[in-house]
Amino acid sequence: MAVQDHDAGSAPAARSRGSFIYDPKVRGTFFQALVLVAVLFFVYEAATNVIANLQRQHIASGFGFLQQTAGFEISQTLISYSATSTYGRAFFVGLLNTLLVAFVGIVLATILGFVVGVMRLSKNWLIRQLATAYVEIMRNLPLLLQLFFWYFAVLKQLPGPRQSIELGFGAALNIRGLYIPAPVLGPGSGIVIGAFVVAVLVSIAIARWSKKRQMLTGRRFPVPSVVLALIIGLPVLAFFVSGGPITLERPELKGFNLQGGVQVIPELVALVLGLAIYTGAFIAEIVRAGIQSVSKGQSEASHALGLTTGMTLWLVVIPQAMRVIIPPLTSQFLNLTKNSSLAVAIGYPDLVSVFAGTVLNQTGQAVEVISMTMLVYLVISLLTSAFMNWFNAHVALVER
Amino acid sequence: MEIAYVRSEPAEALPPPTSSSGPIGWLRENLFSGIRNTILTLLALYLLWLTIPPMIQFLFIDAVWSGSDRQDCLGADVGACWAFVEARFPQYIYGRYPIDERWRVDIFFFLLAAGLIPMAIPRVPYKTLNAIFLLVIFPVVSLILLTGGDFEIGVSWWLALVFTLVLAEIIVLLPALLGAVPFAERKRPATVTLVPFAALALIFVIMGLDFGLREVETSLWGGLLVTLVLALCGIAASLPLGILLALGRRSKMPIVRMFSVIFIEFWRGVPLITILFMSSVMLPLFLPDDVSFDKLLRAIIGVAMFASAYMAEVVRGGLQAMPKGQYEGADALGLSHWQKMRLIILPQALKHVIPGIVNTFIGLFKDTSLVLIIGLFDLLGMVKLSLVDPKWATPVTPATGYIFAAFVFWVFCFGMSRYSMFIERRLDRTHR
Repeated sequence: MAVQDHDAGSAPAARSRGSFIYDPKVRGTFFQALVLVAVLFFVYEAATNVIANLQRQHIASGFGFLQQTAGFEISQTLISYSATSTYGRAFFVGLLNTLLVAFVGIVLATILGFVVGVMRLSKNWLIRQLATAYVEIMRNLPLLLQLFFWYFAVLKQLPGPRQSIELGFGAALNIRGLYIPAPVLGPGSGIVIGAFVVAVLVSIAIARWSKKRQMLTGRRFPVPSVVLALIIGLPVLAFFVSGGPITLERPELKGFNLQGGVQVIPELVALVLGLAIYTGAFIAEIVRAGIQSVSKGQSEASHALGLTTGMTLWLVVIPQAMRVIIPPLTSQFLNLTKNSSLAVAIGYPDLVSVFAGTVLNQTGQAVEVISMTMLVYLVISLLTSAFMNWFNAHVALVER
Repeated sequence: MEIAYVRSEPAEALPPPTSSSGPIGWLRENLFSGIRNTILTLLALYLLWLTIPPMIQFLFIDAVWSGSDRQDCLGADVGACWAFVEARFPQYIYGRYPIDERWRVDIFFFLLAAGLIPMAIPRVPYKTLNAIFLLVIFPVVSLILLTGGDFEIGVSWWLALVFTLVLAEIIVLLPALLGAVPFAERKRPATVTLVPFAALALIFVIMGLDFGLREVETSLWGGLLVTLVLALCGIAASLPLGILLALGRRSKMPIVRMFSVIFIEFWRGVPLITILFMSSVMLPLFLPDDVSFDKLLRAIIGVAMFASAYMAEVVRGGLQAMPKGQYEGADALGLSHWQKMRLIILPQALKHVIPGIVNTFIGLFKDTSLVLIIGLFDLLGMVKLSLVDPKWATPVTPATGYIFAAFVFWVFCFGMSRYSMFIERRLDRTHR
């Protein structure tokens, strides 16, 4: 790299010696041609090597294998799947499992992160120190180690089904996983669901109407409490009017196992726990930085205008903090999604574990399988960055 | 009239009320300043009461400190089984490195500390020599020490070296060859270009020497040794590569920019595990039949690529934060592009993003643990491996092993983050 003393467009004074080799444009073109040739050479070499190697090892190529019978079981499936299903089906099972873990993890990590982030700014010394300890410990430990700890050292050491640990509300925890009560929809439960939908629709209408009214008259309507009352009250009312059609099925000990309710496999519990606790520490730091980025003058000015502390928080501080919080928050969500691929280490059947693990071992078609797996994550992250660009443009400060 | 009393000097000030100063005042201010605050404090105390005493009980009071096998760590309320960690400690550090050759790893650790500690303390002089030791001498010595040296540097390596040298010299001398400047003017750059090649040739010769050390394959390496080798190689490769990629992404040359963007977005968009899978199952397919890479080397390449993409984005942040005047000022002084970058832009931009760079290092250090998924045994991998040993299998051994590994990882990562805060404060040039 001793040559490129200039890039194109810098220092227009370059023609002083009169030779074309001091022309930034010539240099730029030359250097770019060099890079292009080098990259093309590498791609060509890799491609010819792959073809030669595949032929020598008699590995089939192409995506025909997706139609073949998979022949293995998966411990958790969100869509119907059996050993006679195809590899293509196994791909979707893995993908859905990844999305499930990412979604639950993101929700829990966000709640944890916001709570701890606010705790770090608390006036209470003890609370502040607790939050700091959590962040500093969890951020500095490898996620894989945390997953191993939760899975092998905690969940795998739990007692068997007969000595299940009762968690209250009918939930139980034992070595086979977490058992939670499942709602059973009896006849007439449509009324309750319908009531909920109506409540949500009416709430949206009220929010719009109150905003319009405030714009016109300046009078505020207590939207949050009314909406809360609607969304909780209406379905509860419908529940009792229609005679309690929805019942909870609690897991109960029958024979050697718990029956009924929903069983969450321990791998999923460990993965969600690990991801949420690890990512929550990063989100807490983002939230803290976001709130601190709103200058004190903003809340002082808002108090001077006569807004209450709650209104100051909701109308002045949080909207401005969110502008700072959301971009890094999205990248943490993305990190969590990518980190969910560590599932392979504790045996949760996610995309990497099912597809880049079992399917790859059975078919040996490394190029196709790894490319498909990478493509899924690439698409997710490119979609997220597209959203981020849109969001940044949307909330950017309009400066005069 | 008799004056009863005249104060001739000011009365001594009373001590501040104990309710607003001293320890009690601090408690009132920080823990019990209101009903809400008091409730929070009590909640936090309750939480601490729930967690801290059992933890101390498990880690220290009930812990087993010495023993020879699992019998010592069995029982109803036995705490951490430190005897197990003690028995396995050498493997956690060296992996399966042959026992009579472990002095070589010790020398590696010693040289690393001897190079890093004076480098890290700002007051110690001879930083340039120290850097040369760390970046040139230490890697070569470590490579020979750890693997055993006596590499076969084939003719193709020498040919590649000579070819690159000739190419570099032609490019350096191009202005003179084309008659744009007299040869005398390009003499100094041409000589300077020789230096790295001469150093490389010397390294080649040293690599080929037989020091009488036994060869130790990388498949025998493990434990902290592998963790440190991966992290150091990753750090050493990712910083320069990341800077180059960041400059490429900011470049005005469209092709260079496009390749940089594709490279960065690709590596950042996929999980490290898939990259490691790729390096272990796909990379061999990309290479010619007769070329095979060491497994550890493949993992290092994967980790370094991954980290360099993140590094590039961090450095780009620093470059974008530079005011335009700095670029224009450098141009006005007549500096070339690389002089401008080296002397003006990068020193300032990198200083801006030290926290980000160190965060990337910490992330890389933590990510080295993923190599256990492709069958390399770093510290975490060795701990996990040792847990399947039936001689020590008890309900408390997994927790003990992972807590030990957690402690080691935490010390390294926390140390790095504190050191970066220290350096950040030292380099801070804002006038307060």
